[in-house]
Amino acid sequence: MAGKIITVSSGKGGVGKTTTTANLSLALAMLGYRVTCIDADIGLRNLDVMLGLESHVYYDIVNYIEGHCRLRQAMVRDPRYPDLCLIPAAQTRGKDALRVEDMDRVAHEAAEMAQFVLIDSPAGIEHGFRYDTTPADLVLVVTNPEVTALRDADRVIGLLEAEGRADTQLILNRYNHELVRKNGMMSAETVIDLLSVDLLGIVPEDTRVLGASNQGQPVVLDDRSAAGRAFRDIARRLSGEELPVKALEQRRFLGKLFGPRRKELA
Amino acid sequence: MDDTAIMLKGTSDGILLRPKSSDWEVVLASFEEALEEAEAFFRGGRLIMDVGPGELTQVQLTSVRTLVSQYDIQLWAILSQNEATIHLARSNGILTRLPRDTEPRKSTSEVPPEQQALLVQQTLRSGQSLHFPGHITLLGDVNPGAEIIAGGNIVVWGALRGLAHAGAFGDEESIICALELQPSQLRIAGHIGRPPEQRRRTPVPEIARVEEDHIVAEVWSRKR
Repeated sequence: MAGKIITVSSGKGGVGKTTTTANLSLALAMLGYRVTCIDADIGLRNLDVMLGLESHVYYDIVNYIEGHCRLRQAMVRDPRYPDLCLIPAAQTRGKDALRVEDMDRVAHEAAEMAQFVLIDSPAGIEHGFRYDTTPADLVLVVTNPEVTALRDADRVIGLLEAEGRADTQLILNRYNHELVRKNGMMSAETVIDLLSVDLLGIVPEDTRVLGASNQGQPVVLDDRSAAGRAFRDIARRLSGEELPVKALEQRRFLGKLFGPRRKELA
Repeated sequence: MDDTAIMLKGTSDGILLRPKSSDWEVVLASFEEALEEAEAFFRGGRLIMDVGPGELTQVQLTSVRTLVSQYDIQLWAILSQNEATIHLARSNGILTRLPRDTEPRKSTSEVPPEQQALLVQQTLRSGQSLHFPGHITLLGDVNPGAEIIAGGNIVVWGALRGLAHAGAFGDEESIICALELQPSQLRIAGHIGRPPEQRRRTPVPEIARVEEDHIVAEVWSRKR
């Protein structure tokens, strides 16, 4: 059976798309799944660096599309978790090097060999947005609890809805409980209320993330990291496990106690 | 607007323009005048031109296209019974039949479009907009970055957090009401209102209307 194709998208740049893709790919591989991640940010290659696989890259996705190598040759295997493969972006080419059909073909071919295919898409809602979301079975929209990031996430969700895509889920990244309490940050409830979309997980703000990315050791490998734990939980949810999102649990409990008040009209 | 020169109305497919005068200059001038009058309403929409049996020239087609492009409107379809005109439209990449049926849907009654009402069940997200010449009722939210523009009243059964413009053709009697009125901006006819900085802790239904040249919002209550 072909694997599930998941596109990681956001609209706004810098919210943690590539970090999310790297960590979820690795976390799924740690759970024992065969995973292939595709860096679709042609010209701005990052995913290989975050995964610490830069030195292993030889061919890239454009080489394969142009017929210079086989797909297997363009797939970089992670020495830590051999179930994880990366199809790198081309660093020296522009976004025009890839058409919608090309990405669709690569994603589906990769899905023949893996249980999960994750596509890291570039920021923005232009050309790249289309070719990355077209093959997807599920689109993960990554956002931060900030007005601008939410506005762009809303736009992306709207575009996906307009295309008739029902399966869109949200990851709220860089969430800081402390700041929410002190009234400086939007709460998860506010975000969900505004975007009205299923929440797959909340990743807390964690200083370890940056250092981990810089060293090519995604934070899921760090047992002490709260963000790493959150990504591992999200990976378990993606694999079909029923795992409640903690921050929203409390709300559900209170909701059961106090409302919503309904009255029956007989 | 010279009513004898053109017929203009909003349909669910777009703005429908039917030239009535045979003098093209007059048609174009009347159309431009109409666009200017209700710019906010037409902007970003698409135009369906029903030219009937007469022949349309390339120069005329280009003149319309140039005019509407200034208002960010797309010349979307040209309906004609003239073979030469149909051919001309197609060679310009313009539809000659509407996707669903060949004629724009006839309105079921003789009620003018400004008095008709539209019910939409959807959340308008950032970047999306809803335009209608009559009244609009929306079951859903208007998110920040989205806009809802009506010739008449606007009723939002949900949170209004984006932009709303009622009375877009200039009707100052129009109202805007929402269960949660927290818009980025409200417009009624030619008036612009911004919400106060301070937000209500618990949102309550409110109605906004023009009073003495200002937009004022008041809490909806039964005791009136």
